[in-house]
Amino acid sequence: MSVVDTIKEQLEANDILLYMKGTPRFPQCGFSSRASEAIMSCGARFAFVNILESPEIRAELPKYANWPTFPQLWIKGELVGGCDIIAEMAANGELKELIDSVVVDDDSAAN
Amino acid sequence: MSIATEIEQRLTEGLALQHLVIENESHMHSGPATESHFKLAVVADDFTGKRAVARHQMIYGLLAVLMNNPIHALALHLYTTSEWQEKNGDIPLSPSCMGAKKEH
Repeated sequence: MSVVDTIKEQLEANDILLYMKGTPRFPQCGFSSRASEAIMSCGARFAFVNILESPEIRAELPKYANWPTFPQLWIKGELVGGCDIIAEMAANGELKELIDSVVVDDDSAAN
Repeated sequence: MSIATEIEQRLTEGLALQHLVIENESHMHSGPATESHFKLAVVADDFTGKRAVARHQMIYGLLAVLMNNPIHALALHLYTTSEWQEKNGDIPLSPSCMGAKKEH
């Protein structure tokens, strides 16, 4: 499977997915740390990929996404943004709104 | 030419800039590079009607040849003229690297 296929599969399988350096518990970069904290503050579970352990994704995702840096938050297969956008959306409440809407979708799909 | 000057030139060519602040934040990070981490505040009406992702992608497009090398991190705060007036020129602070925090 090509790297792009792997990325597509990850995006398909995870409604809320953060590509980051390190893990939410042990972030390896201040920007990834700030982004994962903002998402955690919204209270929903989310998936993450540690790109430091996936050099191929680290190399390919920026081209696929037209976004050169990490972290990258993807919700429902769409790029939401990097650290600055995530932090700003967390501060003005948009991030929780967006994440809540995805979680509600999932709940109703399950029922 | 310094990286900051090159950033300024490329943005000036690509956008109808109202205001530009370039901060070299490389000192907040570990490693030997002195022109690796930057924060930009860009005010331009080119951003009107565009969502945050699209605005960032406009900047990344203009600075593509500089991204990753030499620029390692680029914090972006992008506003239209009216948004900037509402903000009163307040630019958010960037985080320090986790690797080697500088003690002050």
